[in-house]
Amino acid sequence: MLESQGTKATPMNKTSMELKEDRELVISRTFNGPPRIVFDAYTRAELVKRWWAPKSHGEIVDCTAEVRVGGKYRYAMRTPDGTDVAFSGRYLEITPPSRLVYTQVFEQMADAGEMTITVTFEELGGKTLLVSREVYPSKEARDSALESGMEHGMKEAMDQLDVLVASLC
Amino acid sequence: MLATLTALAEPNRLRIVELLRTGPRPVNDIGECLQLNQPQVSKHLRVLKDAGIVDVHARAQQRLYGLRPEPLRQLHDWLERYRQLWDARFDGLDELIEELKTEEKSHARKPRN
Repeated sequence: MLESQGTKATPMNKTSMELKEDRELVISRTFNGPPRIVFDAYTRAELVKRWWAPKSHGEIVDCTAEVRVGGKYRYAMRTPDGTDVAFSGRYLEITPPSRLVYTQVFEQMADAGEMTITVTFEELGGKTLLVSREVYPSKEARDSALESGMEHGMKEAMDQLDVLVASLC
Repeated sequence: MLATLTALAEPNRLRIVELLRTGPRPVNDIGECLQLNQPQVSKHLRVLKDAGIVDVHARAQQRLYGLRPEPLRQLHDWLERYRQLWDARFDGLDELIEELKTEEKSHARKPRN
């Protein structure tokens, strides 16, 4: 298979994505380095800054991360059409270099609820298998978030998500 | 998108969608195939209908439930775009990891130099 934009001898690995039952989306990829390094690159703000907003999708405009249990983070990027999209949340569990659990809110549709993301870093012969499990809020959680004062309807929230998705491409 | 995702998150609803891929069916037929009672099937079909995933047509004396392709296609497209975003991110992360490995090696060599 031809690799796109691979500039060095190291072969690029493939990203896989799978939709599971119970609102879970699983993203995984193997990296050519030990979990210690991958975990650092995945969590430390000054390193996250360098990969979280790919040039093809936008530029990073905010990247702060207080990496401790209960600490907050916020990542934001400006898409080519000038829209800012921001994700924020807090850390629920930090076990370097093997496991990370955090919440995530897409700020532009905060009333759609909070996701919980669990990332595991598994050592495989000097490489790291990274698996990120995103669990989307249940309908009940979203409904109660909607009832608690927010005037947005689901329809509008969904339209915003579509706009986000379109703007990311 | 979230509505589609939520509607499909329930295992029996996902089974109904899988079954309807073969073509439209009436409620009792769906119930028999999946061994669900009719109130259950009707409840799930209502959720799927609200999410725009199925629609209903009358044929002779029957009401047939069938898939609407749009939401599933949208979900597929959304997933693919989201995968591409993460793929691009991870390509960048790959490069960063190479850099960090090189840095680490050069640091490790320093004391000996």
